[in-house]
Amino acid sequence: MQIDIKTFMNLLDILNSGIGALLEYLSAHVLTCLIPAFFIAGAIAVFVSQASVIKYFGARANKILAYSVASVSGAILAVCSCTILPLFAGIHKRGAGLGPGIAFLYSGPAINILAIVYSARLLGFDLGLARAMGAVVFSIIIGLIMAFIWRKEEFQKANNPGELVLPQEEEKTKPQGVTLFYFVILVGILVFGAAQKWVITVILLAVLGLILYQWFKKEELGYWIYQTWDLFKKIFPILLAGVFVAGIIKALLPQQVVETWLGGNGFRPTFIASIFGALMYFSTLTEVPIIRALMDLGMGKGPALTLLLAGPALSLPNMIVIARVMGIKKTGAYVCLVVVMATITGLIFGNLFL
Amino acid sequence: MKIEVLGPGCANCRKLEQDVNTALGELGIEAEVVKVTDLNKISSYGILMTPGLVINTKVYSSGKIPVMATLKKWLQEEDRKQTRE
Repeated sequence: MQIDIKTFMNLLDILNSGIGALLEYLSAHVLTCLIPAFFIAGAIAVFVSQASVIKYFGARANKILAYSVASVSGAILAVCSCTILPLFAGIHKRGAGLGPGIAFLYSGPAINILAIVYSARLLGFDLGLARAMGAVVFSIIIGLIMAFIWRKEEFQKANNPGELVLPQEEEKTKPQGVTLFYFVILVGILVFGAAQKWVITVILLAVLGLILYQWFKKEELGYWIYQTWDLFKKIFPILLAGVFVAGIIKALLPQQVVETWLGGNGFRPTFIASIFGALMYFSTLTEVPIIRALMDLGMGKGPALTLLLAGPALSLPNMIVIARVMGIKKTGAYVCLVVVMATITGLIFGNLFL
Repeated sequence: MKIEVLGPGCANCRKLEQDVNTALGELGIEAEVVKVTDLNKISSYGILMTPGLVINTKVYSSGKIPVMATLKKWLQEEDRKQTRE
């Protein structure tokens, strides 16, 4: 077999672009700003009682509360799709029903602390905020529409509720205010660290040290560090791979193609972004660097938001799993609703706010 | 004794399965360990968070990996119940 020198050189260029993207990210502190976010995510896993959230998903729970909690609780309960899907199946079959289940399924991947911080840092504060807000608002709308379409079935289920095994409330070891204060300080460190206000950050770190020394047991600290490290180990390599792939996309995909299909904030690029996002599988958080690469190549901000909203919530593999839980008809309706809603949100964002 | 580990296949679920097997080995208890990955089956137990641990059809824990000592205690209790019957 003859090796074509030119092809080989091209291949090297492509690889180089991937490695270049990796180095750029690491040196520009894009990824290091995630470190406080990892600590916060670890703290949520250890110090926020899941039972206190899950009780709102029971079959007899107040509906308005169920929807509201479902739309935001991804921030506490969801880190990867392997926690989202069982929760969705449980809420749908045994708990508060189809609507809240769908609301949770849709907003979960978008509103965990890592996704918000990373989106805001890499894609701009406006897109990060729009992503979180869009996910919360539209998860409720989609959930309500789904529950309305299948209201007869839901009514029957409401009269014959299943039982949920709720995890037991853990005993409180410290005053509620302390835990809250601890989280406020952690978020403060994240925000001021990202803004590079070092004096305030150092003061906050000192306060954190005092809180930990005063109220936290050694065992709790160990568990916090363990959870943080565990999350970091799970997510960071995937992220690096995502950044690498994004670099390669930038080298391979001609700018013209992206500009033709995804440029501007019109209907067509937004709709294409929506369909593409619905089918494409993004591993945890990798949607962010990939969307950044597409934006660098000329994708508009509207389509970028659409892709953020439709992408992580849906993919071909997870459609199959969802279809096995709630049937093909409902899955079809859900997919259509997501595509339509993501398109509308992208259009509104692209045309009204920019 | 029948032990079911409920989980779609994430890292925590595999860890729990390993822990169960280790505990059984150390206690010298014989049991059938089944991994349940089907979401419909998992939700039929009424749990929301995985991994879930079910021993003789009773849900013992969900949403976290129980510490080894607790796990062993449960296994011994169930084992004693069975030998009494």
